[in-house]
Amino acid sequence: MLSTLSDLTLMAPELWLAAMACVVLVADVYAGGGRGTVAYLLAQLALLGGMWLLLADAVPAPEALFGGAFLRDPLADVLKAAVLVLTVAVFAYARGYLQGRGLDRGEYYVLGLFGVLGMMVLISAGNLLTLYLGLELLALSLYAMVALHRDSLEASEAAMKYFVLGALASGMMLYGISLLYGVTGSLALDVVARAAAADASDPVMLLALAFVIVGVAFKLGAVPFHMWIPDVYHGAPAAVALYVGAAPKIAGFALAMRLLVEGLGGLQAEWADMLVVLAVLSIAIGNVVAIAQTNIKRMLGYSTISHIGFLLLGLIAGTRDGYGAAMFYALTYALMAAGAFGVVAIMSRRSEAELLDDYRGLNARNPWLAFMMLILMFSMAGVPPTVGFYAKLTVLKAVIDVGALWLAVVAVAFSIVGAFYYLRVVKLMYFDEPPEEAAVRAGLQAGTVLSANGLAVLGLGLLPGALLALCLQVVG
Amino acid sequence: MVPLSHYLILSAVLFCIAVAGVFLNRKNVIVLLMAIELMLLAVNTNFVAFSRYLGDTTGQVFVFFVLTVAAAEAAIGLAILVVLFRNRRSINVDDLDRMKG
Repeated sequence: MLSTLSDLTLMAPELWLAAMACVVLVADVYAGGGRGTVAYLLAQLALLGGMWLLLADAVPAPEALFGGAFLRDPLADVLKAAVLVLTVAVFAYARGYLQGRGLDRGEYYVLGLFGVLGMMVLISAGNLLTLYLGLELLALSLYAMVALHRDSLEASEAAMKYFVLGALASGMMLYGISLLYGVTGSLALDVVARAAAADASDPVMLLALAFVIVGVAFKLGAVPFHMWIPDVYHGAPAAVALYVGAAPKIAGFALAMRLLVEGLGGLQAEWADMLVVLAVLSIAIGNVVAIAQTNIKRMLGYSTISHIGFLLLGLIAGTRDGYGAAMFYALTYALMAAGAFGVVAIMSRRSEAELLDDYRGLNARNPWLAFMMLILMFSMAGVPPTVGFYAKLTVLKAVIDVGALWLAVVAVAFSIVGAFYYLRVVKLMYFDEPPEEAAVRAGLQAGTVLSANGLAVLGLGLLPGALLALCLQVVG
Repeated sequence: MVPLSHYLILSAVLFCIAVAGVFLNRKNVIVLLMAIELMLLAVNTNFVAFSRYLGDTTGQVFVFFVLTVAAAEAAIGLAILVVLFRNRRSINVDDLDRMKG
């Protein structure tokens, strides 16, 4: 099918980001001296411009571009807007860290922009090829980003582990996709969906589903495909862990939504059974192992794993409320993770402040920073009135509504266990003596963004209605 | 004509060899990269066989994209390998044990 001009205007945000990523790449080469500054400003311009293009042309109803390869629907618009906003915040947090650690080159921003492009393509995927390309563009950018600090032993080791496991998971998923193509005779997700609904008991289809689940679980970081998360968060520079921890979770949700819900919705009963195992293991292992960590980045890694378990609960419910709750969870978790890693990045400007002990007495060194971390930790633990409480509540409600009370009980039990390590951070910040007296300065830019981020976590907890209604509306 | 099942069995065998290569290999990271490449080739065999069997060319188009992505992936994998070797003077898989917990 021939592409028309209207198809191109509807994918203007992606085209703009692709062009701007190339501009940043070239500008970075020619800028010489203060080159990090040029790349940073251009990257922020690219994200804000992409946001403007996206909102200027927001679609009220789904549109399929390029013969259905690229979908522009309200779900995609909301997820893309969230990815762009979070990445603006991530770049603002990362800037001071990169400057302080001598990593302030254009590469971080170029790879970051290509990663955002990959996420946007993945979010809009209408067939398996677009999905795969978006996923790989994101993954390849992330592999390179983790190795950004070239002289660090940990970073290069983390990058190699991430690369090998990531490529293995992509290969598994691709094998599943090839089987899906063989069974259904098409790459288009809507054709796959019809075939899956018509013949849900086909053994080859179930085999394909198992391989696809491995890929989705790996990208999200669910147990037992979580091995890369602690090592990557621990080994990568804080600015990269920040990037990996925030927006890609939204992309992971989009991957599950497009592939499992829209593509293989007919097999919901089968994949929900598989996800139950992943979700319970993730919540249990994530929360329990996080307690044993002394490194805050590693601890946040295990915390991610447990949150992914909660996100999967929403998908397991398999209802519109469940998908809406999972989307709400993905968006708000990404917001919390960006804030928490933002604090780590601000603390790590002189040297990597990655041990929990580095946060002792933070209240005496910078009360506002400590207060923001307090809100974020309470939110991750699920303490009302923060948004983390509300996100957990909606997911659990969706699960109970479909009669899986035991799942909700297990999830609540382990999140109470998990509250311990979040509150330990609060205790260290407020009740312990600081190791040094020097004040921590966030700087105007990162400070403003962090304040907005922390207050958004609090504000969304007090008034979650609008965002939740939006999530329910776009998944339906 | 060779039946479809022969191709699928070949591809499944290649895929299993590749996965075994990733998990059993304890010596050399380059062998890991080769195993990953083999895995993608197994997938390509699948796609081409299905494409021929279904009389539909999209599967073959997919193969072009997989080959391109595989090339990019190999480039990044080898770049990370070079960084790793510079820092550690070894590409032994068992030496990748600095981070635990």
